[in-house]
Amino acid sequence: MLAAIRPNDQSFALLLHLVGATVVFGALLASATSLLLSRGDARLLRLGYYSLLLVGLPGLILLRVAGQWLYQLQSWDKLPSQIGEPTWLSIGFIVADWGGILFLAALAIGGVGVYRMRSGRGGAVLVKSTMVSSLILIVGYAVAVWAMTGKPS
Amino acid sequence: MTFEDWIFSIHLLFAATLVGSLVMSWIVVVSMRTADTPAATLSLHRVARVATGATIAGLLGVITFGIWLAILRIEFHPWDGWVIGAIALWTLATIALLRSFVEYAKPVEKARALITSGQSGSSRELTALNRTSTGLLLRVLASVAIVLIVVDMIWKPGA
Repeated sequence: MLAAIRPNDQSFALLLHLVGATVVFGALLASATSLLLSRGDARLLRLGYYSLLLVGLPGLILLRVAGQWLYQLQSWDKLPSQIGEPTWLSIGFIVADWGGILFLAALAIGGVGVYRMRSGRGGAVLVKSTMVSSLILIVGYAVAVWAMTGKPS
Repeated sequence: MTFEDWIFSIHLLFAATLVGSLVMSWIVVVSMRTADTPAATLSLHRVARVATGATIAGLLGVITFGIWLAILRIEFHPWDGWVIGAIALWTLATIALLRSFVEYAKPVEKARALITSGQSGSSRELTALNRTSTGLLLRVLASVAIVLIVVDMIWKPGA
């Protein structure tokens, strides 16, 4: 029961937004789990990194683009300046945008780690450090799901 | 937030867990296709076990809180066509996923047997089990059913 009845022209944008969100959430789960259970295993370290790069990043782009489309379809961009955005919407933007920056930083650090691993100069610690970002983002996405569905204000 | 809003939120958190864990299990399934040694198979199995646990939690949570919500909300009923359709798709996805867990347990058993017999190198039989087409088909079936549930929940045909 994703929501009450909404105009049909918003449904496709919502579907894309949800697909993007669940793809990035799944990639974060896969990445954090692989890195947590890697015990120095290069295969799992690479799986943890490439889950973020090849699955999570496209999901994040879809989530953000479809979210912006939905924002415009629901005319949130036409709100008078004296009326602030609701809290649930601000939480969504914080998680998507600040979380997106954290996600890209984790990709950059992990990328250096994977490069160093490939050239035999260590790097496992750098790749494993992306696990911390993944865990923070998993919590952030759970809070965003709660806020955007429960709409606390 | 009302009590109903909390049930709705928890329902969607379980839905995100279910679909997220399915994405996670796809990542593992694709990785397993290149695993040809017992060690690689078992290390991927450690990740798959977490995905399986999250999928089971998601399946149980989403149906429990979904039906609860259909009873609580005055505008919906558990006997509405789109709700019944979602329950039927959930049943199909659950059966396909449970069957696929059995298929993907076979390479793990084989990997353990190979290690017990002292064989740690690559094995053609193990590679074939990791590339199970039955398991893959069951995952595709379950994924299609779950995507259709999301579509059904958004468009609510007949509501």
